[in-house]
Amino acid sequence: MAFPHRPDAPELPDFSMLKRLARDQLIYLLEQQHEVDKLYKVENKPVFSTSEQLCFLVRPRIRNMRYIANLVNTDKMAGRTRRYKVIFSPQKFYACEMVLEEEGIYGDVSCDEWAFSLLPLDVDLLSMELPEFFRDYFLEGNQRWINTVAQAVHLLSNLYGPFANCYGIGRCAKMVYETWRELEEEEEGEIKGQKPEIGRIFLLDRDVDFVTALCSQVVYEGLVDDTFRIKCGSVDFGPDVTSSDKSLKVLLNAQDKVFNEIRNEHFSNVFGFLSQKARNLQAQYDRRRGMDIKQMKNFVSQELKGLKQEHRLLSLHIGACESIMKKKTKQDFQELIKTEHALLEGFNIRESTSYIEEHIDRQVSPVESLRLMCLLSITENGLVPKDYRSLKTQYLQSYGPEHLLTFSNLRRTGLLTEQVPGDTLTAVENKVSKLVTDKAAGKLTDAFSSLAKRSNFRGISKKLGLIPRGDSEYDLKVPRDMAYVFSGAYIPLSCRIIEQVLERRGWLGLEEVVRLLNGNEFAVTDMIPEESAPSDSLRLVLVVFLGGCTFSEISALRFLGRERGYRFIFLTTAVTNSARLMEAMSEVKT
Amino acid sequence: MDCYTADWNPLGEAAFYRKFELYSMDWDLKEPLRDCLVAAAPYGGPIALLRNPWKKEKSPSIRPLLQIYSSSGVALASLLWKSGPVVLLGWSAEEELLCVQEDGSVLVYGLHGDFRRHFSMGNEVLQNRVLDARVFHTEFGSGIAILTGAHRFTLTANVGDLKLRRMPEVPGLQALPSCWTVLFQDRVTLVLLAIGPDLYLLDNTACSGVVPPGLAPGVSDFLQMAVSFNYRYLALFTDTGHIWMGLASLKEKLYEFNCNIRAPPKQMAWCSRPKSKQKAIVVAWERRLLVAGDAPESIQYKQLTIEVLLDRLVLRRLYPLAIQICEYLRLPEVQGISRILAHWACYKVQQKDVSDEDVARAINQKLGDTPGVSYSDIAARAYGCGRTELAIKLLEYEPRSGEQVPLLLKMKRSKLALSKAIESGDTDLVFTVVLHLKNELNRGDFFMTLRNQPVALSLYRQFCKHQELETLKDLYNQDDNHQELGNFHIRASYAAEERIEGRVAALQTAVDEYYKAKNEFAAKATEEQMRLLRLQRRLEDELGGHFLDLSLHDTVTSLLLSGNNKRAEQLARDFRIPDKRFWWLKLTALADREDWEELEKFSKSKKSPIGYLPFVEVCMKRRNKFEAKKFAARVSPEQKVKAFLLIGDVTQAADVAIERRNEAELSLVLSHCTGASDGATADKIQRARALAQRK
Repeated sequence: MAFPHRPDAPELPDFSMLKRLARDQLIYLLEQQHEVDKLYKVENKPVFSTSEQLCFLVRPRIRNMRYIANLVNTDKMAGRTRRYKVIFSPQKFYACEMVLEEEGIYGDVSCDEWAFSLLPLDVDLLSMELPEFFRDYFLEGNQRWINTVAQAVHLLSNLYGPFANCYGIGRCAKMVYETWRELEEEEEGEIKGQKPEIGRIFLLDRDVDFVTALCSQVVYEGLVDDTFRIKCGSVDFGPDVTSSDKSLKVLLNAQDKVFNEIRNEHFSNVFGFLSQKARNLQAQYDRRRGMDIKQMKNFVSQELKGLKQEHRLLSLHIGACESIMKKKTKQDFQELIKTEHALLEGFNIRESTSYIEEHIDRQVSPVESLRLMCLLSITENGLVPKDYRSLKTQYLQSYGPEHLLTFSNLRRTGLLTEQVPGDTLTAVENKVSKLVTDKAAGKLTDAFSSLAKRSNFRGISKKLGLIPRGDSEYDLKVPRDMAYVFSGAYIPLSCRIIEQVLERRGWLGLEEVVRLLNGNEFAVTDMIPEESAPSDSLRLVLVVFLGGCTFSEISALRFLGRERGYRFIFLTTAVTNSARLMEAMSEVKT
Repeated sequence: MDCYTADWNPLGEAAFYRKFELYSMDWDLKEPLRDCLVAAAPYGGPIALLRNPWKKEKSPSIRPLLQIYSSSGVALASLLWKSGPVVLLGWSAEEELLCVQEDGSVLVYGLHGDFRRHFSMGNEVLQNRVLDARVFHTEFGSGIAILTGAHRFTLTANVGDLKLRRMPEVPGLQALPSCWTVLFQDRVTLVLLAIGPDLYLLDNTACSGVVPPGLAPGVSDFLQMAVSFNYRYLALFTDTGHIWMGLASLKEKLYEFNCNIRAPPKQMAWCSRPKSKQKAIVVAWERRLLVAGDAPESIQYKQLTIEVLLDRLVLRRLYPLAIQICEYLRLPEVQGISRILAHWACYKVQQKDVSDEDVARAINQKLGDTPGVSYSDIAARAYGCGRTELAIKLLEYEPRSGEQVPLLLKMKRSKLALSKAIESGDTDLVFTVVLHLKNELNRGDFFMTLRNQPVALSLYRQFCKHQELETLKDLYNQDDNHQELGNFHIRASYAAEERIEGRVAALQTAVDEYYKAKNEFAAKATEEQMRLLRLQRRLEDELGGHFLDLSLHDTVTSLLLSGNNKRAEQLARDFRIPDKRFWWLKLTALADREDWEELEKFSKSKKSPIGYLPFVEVCMKRRNKFEAKKFAARVSPEQKVKAFLLIGDVTQAADVAIERRNEAELSLVLSHCTGASDGATADKIQRARALAQRK
């Protein structure tokens, strides 16, 4: 289990540098610049502190500015004077300062920035921890984070050398690429001669593939995220997992030896693996019997600590597994997965629709129901008008009328739409593209796609072979392709695109797929002279997910890397899953 | 050897000096220097002369001539003085000529006599006129200190960043002080003045008397004072003929010297030798020069850095020479050639006789895309000369669109600025321009401009969502975006309104908008919600309890849970709740109430539209196996296996599966055969399977 890497796989760059850099900057800012000695969470609550100054380290969000304004104004009313400092991370936005000004406290507050944008969550995972990117860009059309991402990519190319090749797809990807190139050009001449360590970069918009992000996750790490929510690389295991009365915060990364072996595994294998592991551990403990004093001394001083540590981790993950099994392996979960697979494959649509309807009627979960509706819509290129209306009506009856706005959001992002009667658009499109040149057709397609965002999932799935043929039982213990992350039923679209482009060294031969994906693809292969890139570096690929990536996608690409001798590094605006996507779209009463 | 020392003369006992001519002055002076206001710039900079006719004649019939010479006397500029009487000429550190007029206005000229700007030293100065003035240099820049006719001091520490400071009153000052100077200590500018035998120090807030330590007695007047260039040392010349030299802080005396001359000197100045740090003072009378100090032997000399040298060449418009020096010294482009070319371009845009096109082309040809050259800076200069069109042409060469924005805003080309800001990808810049436009344009034009720029529009819209709800509404109105207007009022119905009447009214407005947007679904759904809200209100009035803001489903559940079954059914009918949902809802509520009798009655009321498996499920959820069993028997054949497994009856489940010969069901049952007593059942299934295979 936990397949080893190919012997020729390139080494991962050392990202601990980023951590050190960030830590040093922060310590400097807090201790030297602002003399901070205690940290509190910024909330909309009064602060009971006698400090002479309050220092807020915040994301540049308008809500946070309101909290701060409330605090300062409360102090003012109480006749209390202190110094207030706001440190924005990763950057300050003019709109935030505007709010401070409108709230009448701009003069009382001094502002600073902490340009920290890359948090290494693991040896191969960098997160910008910007969950709001998704809603800001894909729903509100706000492009304020594009610069931030471009800066982050720029920083990586400064630290680890230039990239030899750059690929991407999506409007946002294109803008990030262009902004980043401008940054590089401004500094041209200063960073000459550095050899690339990471040879390739692939930028991908989340809306190129919503389907994968909407699926239930069944590899261990994804399942842990779906069940317990991993935050910033750590998870809170409750009493049901720790089998004590306390919750425990556990870091989940490659340092955890037990976790590292099961994180990418299909859940059905995990329990067997853990019990085998437990038996091995017991055997190692048992070796104590029949040891003489010297051997025992050796055992206690050298091995016992490691064994105990392993023991602790093992019992935690067994606890987590049990808890997941209790929640997920019930009849309900199996039927849910069955429905998802049916949606992905495109059969028994009627039955799936009734299943979703029942799901809503029973008030199983507002987020889950919404997710299934979206999955149905995207795989079917929109809901037929009758279902579109009735499912929405049912949902409003179950969860309240404010979700009329949720549906408006989902429609705008293309997550939940109504089928265009008679599929007229495709017909017109086809006719037009036969008449005019490719370029003009591309523009026209753009125009059409803005009229109604089309997912074209069925067509894409067919072209890329996303649904493995079900002629033989899929052995999840010995995966044969990336589909194993979804029980062998579906190869994640995002990962398949990356695989294809890397293999073809560009988009050649994928023209039809690109058209169905609404275009905006690019490939730049002459960023540095080919010969100056060490061949090792070309197998190190940085994948940038704009709008978030899921642990399932990470697992799938790790698998692909092992198969093909690549190593993937992930840079994402945030780690996401179906629930987070749905919550970002939901309107809630506040 | 003697040929080297022949021109050295002894000075005292230990020192020698020599005098030789470096160059002769090229000028041909028309006026004697003594009749002129003279100012020589520091570090061998230019010299300005202005005949001072206001000193003697009351009404000058001829206008005086302002002349500027290089330090070697080459004429740089000459212009007729058309403005008012001048009290003082002085040079700023940037080699700008400051002409302080009697009315307190200061006219600023370049060293080629080009007028740059003017500013006033304030109303108080204007009213009381300037009696005396000084130009001084500190780390803040070049400043001006003024003594007014009311015997008050006003000063600014930096003429480039004018902040006027009126110094506190000096008690008892009725006439001109016998002498005064500007001091600079701990980053604060001070004025030191002498009135009779007393010295006073003026700071921002107060006037205090000071006494120089170790001053020889008998002084009844200070005739002259001088502060060193770095403000560390002060020299005082007394009417007793003593020269007191010490720290400018007046904390320590360094040296005192009696020169036995009691006549007031014309001028007194510090000199020092850089290496030995030895200080000396030079005092000049009409026909006498005296040097006093420990070892007075060298005149002040300060090394110019290469940057300053280049700046000076540029100021003198000696661009080719400056470039040659850069090339010779192999200075990096950004520090050297680019900077000089940029200066050249700024000069070029001032040539008003050349057309905009030609200037722009000439500049672009020479500069191309030299690194470190900022086209926006050059354009700003062109705009400063009133050449807006040229500025816009030059901005087009600026590769970084973000850099173009501030100037475009200044030139009131806000819409162009907006497109450039968007091009730059810097959303903060876009937002800045948007707010600028908001103030500059009327609301209609503002919205129209945004409408054509989706990036700016969405940015502003998101801001308004949080901060300016009314503007948001106006934005949607402008676009006739009825869908979003509908959404807006929906949100208002629960976020802004509290009274039920207000909420219903907001919903009604939303309905109207949705109809205009032809979104019949949303309109109908909202009408339903209005109905529901009113009804919930009535329920609260009649039944008590909490109903408002519950979803329809939860409202009905609430009614069922509180035993209002009739009301619940009525509501379900009124709101056309589908049968299936109602059955789910009711059986869940009854199970939650553990009202098993009612549940059984309900199950028999008519044929269940959702089958009977859900009944088994809800009972088992409440761990009531007894009730669950009753329903298991009624479950349809396809779901029977599941039902029996749910109540834990593996044997019956196996029987059904065998009877139905369903392989999937058989393996499902088999997977549940985990108990000790299930062995027989498992065998039974295996046998059935084998039998099925044989057939």
